[in-house]
Amino acid sequence: MTYDVAIIGAGVTGAMTARLLSSYKLKTVLVEKTNDVAMGASKANSAIVHAGFDAKPGTLKAKLNVKGCAMMPQTCRDLSVPYKNNGSLVVAFSDEEMDTVRELYDRGMANGVQGMTILNQAELRALEPKISDEAKGALSAGTAGIVCPYELTIASTENAVNNGVDFMRNAEVTAISDDGEIFTITTAAGEIRAKYIINAAGCYSDVIARMVGDDSFDIAVRSGEYYVLDRSVGNTVSHTIFQCPTIMGKGILVTPTVDGNLLIGPTADDVGERDNLATTDAGLANVRKLAMKSVPSVSTRDAITSFTGLRAHPVSDDFVIGASKANARFINAAGIESPGLSAAPATAEYVAEKLFASMGATPEKNPDYNPYREAPVRFRHMTAEERTALVKENPAYGRIICRCETITEGEIIDAIKAPAGARDVDGVKRRTRAGMGRCQGGFCGSKVVEILARELDVPVNTITKFGGNSNILYERTK
Amino acid sequence: MQKNLICIACPRGCYITVDLNDSGEVVSVTGNTCKRGDTYARTEMTNPTRSLTSTVKVEGGAHPVVPVKSAAPVPKGMLFECMKEINRATIKAPVKIGDKVIENILGTGVDIVATNNC
Amino acid sequence: MINYDLVVVGGGPAGMAAALKAEECGVKKIIILERAETLGGILEQCIHTGFGLQYFKEELSGPEYAGRFIELVNKSNIDVKTDTMVLNISKDNVVTAVNKDDGLLMFNAKAVVLAMGCRERPRGALPTLAGTRPSGIMTAGTAQKYVNIDGYMPGKKIVILGSGDIGLIMARRMTLEGAEVKMVCELMPYSGGLTRNIVQCLNDFDIPLYLSTTVIKTHGKERLEGVTIAKVDERFNVIEGTEQYVECDTLMLSVGLIPENELTTGVGIKMDPVTRGAYVSEMRETDHPGIFACGNVLQVHDLVDFVTLEAQIAGEGAAKYILDKASFDNAEYIEPVKGFGVRYIVPQKMNIKSEKDIELYFRVGAVYPNAKVVLEADGQVISSKKKIKLAPGEMESVTVPVSVLKTLTKDSNVTVRVEV
Repeated sequence: MTYDVAIIGAGVTGAMTARLLSSYKLKTVLVEKTNDVAMGASKANSAIVHAGFDAKPGTLKAKLNVKGCAMMPQTCRDLSVPYKNNGSLVVAFSDEEMDTVRELYDRGMANGVQGMTILNQAELRALEPKISDEAKGALSAGTAGIVCPYELTIASTENAVNNGVDFMRNAEVTAISDDGEIFTITTAAGEIRAKYIINAAGCYSDVIARMVGDDSFDIAVRSGEYYVLDRSVGNTVSHTIFQCPTIMGKGILVTPTVDGNLLIGPTADDVGERDNLATTDAGLANVRKLAMKSVPSVSTRDAITSFTGLRAHPVSDDFVIGASKANARFINAAGIESPGLSAAPATAEYVAEKLFASMGATPEKNPDYNPYREAPVRFRHMTAEERTALVKENPAYGRIICRCETITEGEIIDAIKAPAGARDVDGVKRRTRAGMGRCQGGFCGSKVVEILARELDVPVNTITKFGGNSNILYERTK
Repeated sequence: MQKNLICIACPRGCYITVDLNDSGEVVSVTGNTCKRGDTYARTEMTNPTRSLTSTVKVEGGAHPVVPVKSAAPVPKGMLFECMKEINRATIKAPVKIGDKVIENILGTGVDIVATNNC
Repeated sequence: MINYDLVVVGGGPAGMAAALKAEECGVKKIIILERAETLGGILEQCIHTGFGLQYFKEELSGPEYAGRFIELVNKSNIDVKTDTMVLNISKDNVVTAVNKDDGLLMFNAKAVVLAMGCRERPRGALPTLAGTRPSGIMTAGTAQKYVNIDGYMPGKKIVILGSGDIGLIMARRMTLEGAEVKMVCELMPYSGGLTRNIVQCLNDFDIPLYLSTTVIKTHGKERLEGVTIAKVDERFNVIEGTEQYVECDTLMLSVGLIPENELTTGVGIKMDPVTRGAYVSEMRETDHPGIFACGNVLQVHDLVDFVTLEAQIAGEGAAKYILDKASFDNAEYIEPVKGFGVRYIVPQKMNIKSEKDIELYFRVGAVYPNAKVVLEADGQVISSKKKIKLAPGEMESVTVPVSVLKTLTKDSNVTVRVEV
């Protein structure tokens, strides 16, 4: 079979684009290298919806960020993804930084950002009492928010699959050939034929582009290290607290997450490797030090985990979106670093626009398209009456698997059975939060392995942490 | 000759000194706070023994394996040989605490017994 | 709403002993709520021997020790619900739980005993351990469940970080099952485990124990491929130049246990920041009337025998609260004082009107060879006991006899200290 469109890369950009294309009469396949969606930058970033004052006026980053930020609340409602409009603050620690804050304000105005104000020290402290005494003032951005990036990706993919998109996992693309009408894409999971390709391959998007002879852009992978702190300190601040940006990025932030944790980070280091997710002594030490600069009470004694995210930094410094000069049926959606998550709903529209231009016409609408993704069962958020009714209907919701986050067996089974569902322990964790709490899967990890093996009907020792050779168990002892 | 030992007979972990004569016989044991320590020190000098615990494969049980122990300590030097025997054994459910799984393992006179129900 | 005299949260050794003691003291309607499929708690996976020497005067494995109490519970009139998770406890002692068969359950309790046990510190709680996050990094207890209950090998070439008892026990277990345990690293200059376990779990198998050494980095993208270890100075800073790469496919962590007090803090019960358990009286009653705590949820023990003894105190206390609440009214409490070398004392407060001797359990903050444990009351030495070795890994205790309690007033000072 020949697909109309193959999207390479199931990150937030690929997934949101797949969902948008499913609203048209197109046969689309979403091709992913790893065992799950959201395995690159989309699982490990600041989880922020930026207001849009940061990017240079006139850039794609600026345009798509401001538009994406405005679209995000409705997108999240449609997809039943938690989103919170908590607002952000860029804090200045010196008079020079107050000048930067004013520049950001002006830039924001030029970009069309609404709801900005400049706060003096007293106003800032009134809003965030735990902020450092050294803080002189801040730029407040009322439209900024927080969202769970992998949940947005998972929900978009589920919705896309429900609307007819095929999802292929473990399908690393190794070669692309073109007969002038149809691409043949060689993957680790077999060949795919498609008329059009959307390249949303994140840190590897330049590698994919070169497969069709497009060497017009380069990706410099930039790493960022973070800590996640326990929910007991999740309300240390209510806004997303930025420091003044530098050439390497938006600096260390301290922010609540939609799941009630506190997130601190990231560092910003240009790294040679495209898939080195190691944290470093120096990086983690830097996060510890700089987070305390904004909020002195932040302590990594409350850390429950640390991680590294990789951003696909385009050397041109702006998103690379549009038909390739080397092949008009190959649409790049590349170089999507921050504010890529914020921009994602708008990026999907922009990519589709470019695709349709290449096609020469906008396809017919899919009359069966359903934009809504049903909210997954969330036992922990339910009332006593709701819980009683739920367990009566399906006893699996009465068995708590993850003690720290109160996640039931029923929710885990749902995550496995969902469209493009979980196939590994981390996939279950991202979909349900089982293992996301303070014991980090110490108790529930082995039960999740057992449930995965049972539901997928495979031996226990084939279950992996995140695909590939990340198996958890070897052979039987006896 | 003197030898220093840490007693493993109980969690107290007494520091024991054993005096040996030229032919290696125990002359005296000091530092122990109970009789078990004396016994431990003398055995350790002549024929050191250890309790062995592991699991044995179960057919038709609630779990794939059931825990077992040596009913008495076995010679320390035979632990790995005993493990080979234990790894070869299979027992059918139902298993009760105390059930003999292997009788007189490797001629030591010690039985391997189940330590849980399954 | 179901009415019970006593609801016991947790069916491990602490919960079972507390429930049995309460029944023995005359409490009629008792229920144990256990989240696992069976009673027994963590003992079910602790298949090594060494349990029960104090309490039963014989050496038992974990399941055997638990088995004796399970049998007693089965013979008693105590109700048990397994596979049942307690979700919260309200300020008026209503315990809400859930399971597959009954759905949401609400128990109205006259008294509650908290016996939820503890959990292991995970990798994430080591904020300075850098590197990748592949499979093969797990707590020693998780590995123990895989190998002892599920019957699968979780690793073949193993480095263990932390020389607490679980780490030491797992070094032996994995060796016997055919794995290569390369080393045990310990951040502190001394081991956190029992000396006997160093002898019979490490020395017996020539497994090296490296003190003042920690793991600073993990390597490997999918499965763990190795770790970097390094020596630390007395302030736990890595000594440059001592880094060493060790090839392994598994890193087992035995880096401390944390009492599982989410339910406790949910009620708003006062906590001891050192033990990370509740602040309790000599009856093991928390500052919330009618809620008692015992076992590893109160303080992490080294020996289950002491868990049993502590749980019996809590069970008796709960029974007294249920049957003779008025007797709590004329209690007069003082807090025992932590003198030199003492890190914490449980109970944190004691009733000087108690008609029984009060045993004070404590831990020291460092290793003290040839030291004395001294108990003083109002400047008078009550007892002074010689110890060959005092170490943070081994819980100690000292008795305050009734004869001394009788001499005390609410302004009295009772101090436990180490004399070197």
